[in-house]
Amino acid sequence: MNHSNEIAIGFSNIVFGLAFLMVAASLLTWVERRLLGFWQDRYGPNRAGPFGVLQVVADGIKLLFKQDWIPPFADRTVFVIAPAISMITVMLAFAVIPVTPAIGIIGNLNVGLLYFLAMSSLGVYAVVLAGWSSNNKYALLGGMRAAAQMVSYEVFMGLSLVGVVMLAGSYNLTAIVHSQQHLWYVVPQFIGFAVFFLGGLAETHRLPFDLPEGENELGAGFHTEYSGMKFGMFFIGEYIGIILISAFTTVLFLGGWYGPILPPFLWFALKTGVLVAFFVLLRAALPRPRYDQFMAFGWKLMLPLTLINIIATGAVMLFWSTS
Amino acid sequence: MLSVLLTLWYTFLHLFHRKVTVSYPDEMPYLAPRYRGRIVLTRDPDGEERCVSCYLCAVACPVDCISLQKAEEAGRWYPEFFRINFSRCIFCGFCEEACPTYAIQLTPDFEMSEYNRQNLVYEKQDLLISGTGKYPDYNFYRVSGLAIPGKDKGEAELEREAIDTRSLLP
Repeated sequence: MNHSNEIAIGFSNIVFGLAFLMVAASLLTWVERRLLGFWQDRYGPNRAGPFGVLQVVADGIKLLFKQDWIPPFADRTVFVIAPAISMITVMLAFAVIPVTPAIGIIGNLNVGLLYFLAMSSLGVYAVVLAGWSSNNKYALLGGMRAAAQMVSYEVFMGLSLVGVVMLAGSYNLTAIVHSQQHLWYVVPQFIGFAVFFLGGLAETHRLPFDLPEGENELGAGFHTEYSGMKFGMFFIGEYIGIILISAFTTVLFLGGWYGPILPPFLWFALKTGVLVAFFVLLRAALPRPRYDQFMAFGWKLMLPLTLINIIATGAVMLFWSTS
Repeated sequence: MLSVLLTLWYTFLHLFHRKVTVSYPDEMPYLAPRYRGRIVLTRDPDGEERCVSCYLCAVACPVDCISLQKAEEAGRWYPEFFRINFSRCIFCGFCEEACPTYAIQLTPDFEMSEYNRQNLVYEKQDLLISGTGKYPDYNFYRVSGLAIPGKDKGEAELEREAIDTRSLLP
């Protein structure tokens, strides 16, 4: 009886979590356009429904009724699988997020952090396979850029978290949040925070790091040949990716659900929301760097910085434990 | 690095700026008096048609959307029909510039969409307005040397009396 009860709770957690995520991601398309509008001195979509919220519904209907065209020269199987991978990997990564002590699917997984890194690495396949199977040179260029970008930024995205793991002494995300009860890791691990966030930006290939898409040089990059709901899946996958990176930054650096007065869930949502808004602000404010500048920035600045951060964290911990 | 942060901050401050958008159907945009919108045919201060059917507008029109036919009545020329196909018109205003009598004028009105393309062909009764448009005092027949009933040669405004060429002999 007890066992089946647990399964039921877990199952409902999954269903509600996914539903919430899908709604949040599609609402995010509207939020982003509204915020971009405000930051460019215009209104953004404000016609359909209250404040334009129903724009999401209109867009969904439009995408569903668009012709879903597969180019005759494409590699059919891979072409169909790629957008699914893009969505599945980001959604799977959500499983380990401890939203609050009560809400979360497997928030207590003892290798939660590694699981997240593994899933976000798998996300590269979606982009690369999409670019490859389209059999189109722009798509292929986009896919190649994505591979180089995501694989190299993956390196120091992982390394930037080592400091957090050293301080918390665990890969378990719930334990990491618990260890931030008194001091958020954004303070002692500010470099780690900055590098992780920038790495996340590259990982979700959002502006200003949207080189795989780079519409003014590559058409639309890896998803040039995609239309209809397959494009919609890439689109939603990208937005879920934004929420994912924001949620993980919250968990790892901003103290997860901890905060005064408000209930834990609201604190988590608030912190994640602010980070998502910051994603949009970055898009509104910054131009895209050239590809070689972008790679140089990664390997020549971010990587040394994370290594120094790890050494410094270790040194400080050693000093404190001996004195 | 600092410049990036400053850019972010200044962009964020735009949240509190005034929006430049004019929410059009709810709020009309300001259109300059010389805005090139719907074309009208005006009348002179006496209420007569200004158009003298000189065809200059039809000639000037780069998309050939104006067609008219001259008619004559008591020394005055007027268009028997005057037709503008607004589905072709590009609102360049060349017709207004070509017009010697200020008859054809462009107005600050652009709300003329139609579901049926045929409805965009405006006939003379659709184009003709009762006012004088942008030039309230101008009356072609009063300033021109053309003789019409009630006004002979030399009787127009600012016109000297006609010279009798035979009396000029040395």
